[in-house]
Amino acid sequence: MAYVIPKETYSGKVASMTIGEGAKSIAIGGENTMPFLSFEGAIPNRPVIAMEIQDITPDDWPDNLKKYYNGYYDDAAKWAKFCVEQLNAKAIALRLVGTHPDKQDRSAEDAAKTVKEVLSVVDVPLIILGSNHIEKDASVIVAAAEAATGKNCIIGKAQEGNYKTIVAAALAHKHKLIAMSELDINLAKQLNILITQMGFETDRLLTDPMCSALGYGLEYTYSVMERIRLAALTQNDTTMQPPIVGDVGMYVWKTKEVSASEEDMPQWGSLEERGIAWEVVTAMGMLLAGANLLIMRHPKAVEKAEKVIEELTKG
Amino acid sequence: MALSGVEIFKLLPKTNCKKCGFPTCLAFAMKLAQRQASLDACPDVSEEAKKILGEASAPPVRAIILGAGDKAVKMGEETVLFRHEKRFVNPCAFAVNIKDSESDNEIEKKVAMVIASEIDRVGQKLRIDAISIECASNDAVRYEAVTRMVSSRAPDTPIILNCFNASAAEAAVKAIADKKPLLYGARLDNLDAMVNIAKAHKTPLGLYAEGPEALSSLAEKAKAMGVEDIVIDPGAKSAKGIIEGNTQIRRAAIKKNFKPLGYPIINIVMKDDPLIETAIASVAIAKYASIVVLSSIERWKNLALFTLRQNLYTDPQVPMQVEQKIYKIGEPGPDAPLMITTNFSLTYFIVSGEVENSKVPSRLAVMDCEGLSVLTAWAAGKFTASRIAQFIKESGVENEVKHRELIIPGQVAILSGTLEDKLEGWKIIVGPREANGLPTFLKTKAA
Ligand code: SF4
Repeated sequence: MAYVIPKETYSGKVASMTIGEGAKSIAIGGENTMPFLSFEGAIPNRPVIAMEIQDITPDDWPDNLKKYYNGYYDDAAKWAKFCVEQLNAKAIALRLVGTHPDKQDRSAEDAAKTVKEVLSVVDVPLIILGSNHIEKDASVIVAAAEAATGKNCIIGKAQEGNYKTIVAAALAHKHKLIAMSELDINLAKQLNILITQMGFETDRLLTDPMCSALGYGLEYTYSVMERIRLAALTQNDTTMQPPIVGDVGMYVWKTKEVSASEEDMPQWGSLEERGIAWEVVTAMGMLLAGANLLIMRHPKAVEKAEKVIEELTKG
Repeated sequence: MALSGVEIFKLLPKTNCKKCGFPTCLAFAMKLAQRQASLDACPDVSEEAKKILGEASAPPVRAIILGAGDKAVKMGEETVLFRHEKRFVNPCAFAVNIKDSESDNEIEKKVAMVIASEIDRVGQKLRIDAISIECASNDAVRYEAVTRMVSSRAPDTPIILNCFNASAAEAAVKAIADKKPLLYGARLDNLDAMVNIAKAHKTPLGLYAEGPEALSSLAEKAKAMGVEDIVIDPGAKSAKGIIEGNTQIRRAAIKKNFKPLGYPIINIVMKDDPLIETAIASVAIAKYASIVVLSSIERWKNLALFTLRQNLYTDPQVPMQVEQKIYKIGEPGPDAPLMITTNFSLTYFIVSGEVENSKVPSRLAVMDCEGLSVLTAWAAGKFTASRIAQFIKESGVENEVKHRELIIPGQVAILSGTLEDKLEGWKIIVGPREANGLPTFLKTKAA
């Protein structure tokens, strides 16, 4: 029996887009094959990892993560600069957690000011995220989008309950947009349709089907992402072709495995590496399922994931 | 390629004698096509039909057993490329590599760690499944001695004889043949010798070649020489090589029914940096490896890899459920808050994780709603005021807490009125809509 390389030919491809402005702008998406299978298709752009920063000092990060950014928490711009200059971040994700009514309830104006400050010091693409509070995000993200006019950022996340205002802001200020739904391919598709019906082009949209951490439902996200990617490729379904976002860090860094001490959990081994491994393995799961953009927290986890992405995308 | 019911029917005796337990040969054929019946049930089927049907109905990836006894691991039998289509069948085995050139002391330490590697996660016992003994010394005497030593220290653990030197391999296989070690293995240059050893001692044989094509021709040769139980290594050293090689192999087997590659895959994932090794092992786990050979056994790494394997090998059709009961988080006293949610595992994980984050000792009442999330269970009439009331009454929690306050998920705020009526003497408090609001909610409440 002669061996013939079993190649698939797909009719569709993932939408491609550029984020950011100038020399450090980045292209993402554009592949016409399942993740990393360059033997059968083109993968013009590698997945991108954005490092997460916040507008306030995080009160829910475990010390084994927090210590890496000590001295930077009081100033998001300084934090962003540190990530870009010292940690080699290729993109920054600014999460405006402080605007959440249960946190510091910072105003939309405060958020806009933080966005401006961050943009004034970094030249890599910026992703601007709300606090995941449906009502508050609508005003915060609109103000942030305006503050970032002309910078070709990604803003988000637009959800079923607030997409109209956020989409309008992305249109008005020429940003890319993340649409987020909760772990269901049909919901993801439906939201993408609603958004494109507002005149927002597919090649400016990214889809976030909701991340789950390793051990906390990772398999759900994994399969939803894989199905989205398959629908984009095999059925040439344009509503499923936006690049996929994996918001890895925020789900990983609240699990027990990244914070339980070695004294409490001797059978789990070193906490330092365990935390990093948890984020790396979750990231790998998302990448293998089709994610194009990851948002991560631990500098070492980013470094290791970047290294493996390098290996997976070369030649 | 799998045969259709009609194609199978043509090969049956067509007497409708019913001895198979089905009313007609056609009905039986249809069941066979769906793999819901076994051909053995028909006593009159011809030898020729048996052969054709046997080949066609053999699983696209052959089942191979690694080791013998209680800790033996079954591999292969996979039928799909993506887990949402159907459950991945046999979880990959993790093996740790030990070099025979290491000191006896070092080797003993590693073996002990393998034996102690078992942990319990969500009710499953997970462990490093096997030990790979690498013949780095190239010395048959040393290799045999180390194999004996490992085997006696870890009598139940399956062993992979990672050895391409035929005389050393033969000595080691002879020493532990009853344990059915995997002889890994054979390359083009030692095929004859290795095949003879595997046949003589009835052990499965691992084949190594660079890339699927060379590997398929090697597998055909080995099979022609009479070896049935084969495990294949496409020689991948990098993450890229693993994902591309393994994908091609698994696709050829499943979609083309290409028999020369219809065997479990072994990937050697050994890197100096344990975090990189963890990342690359993740690629192998997700993308079709049946054996992943690692260089070290840090506990944190085991935990992450065991968990990934467990996640990806769960049945996508069955919602994961947790047991209905009152869970204690932290060490809740009689005044600690009491919350209720459904028993969908994801819901439970997320809610209990947020409660832990709050550092407020609490009780979480998890109610059986057939594995549905809160909103879905409510919509399906399983998370209703009367059922919640009944569950709380019967749970015995009234003897555990002094207060009578029940916190319900914000998404079902609508239940609070009726629930207060049904659950006499209790006050219903509406919690946050999303679990991530719990830490603030609980902290404020405790303050
Ligand atoms: S036992 Fe065989 S011959 Fe008889 S009905 Fe069943 S399939 Fe037909």
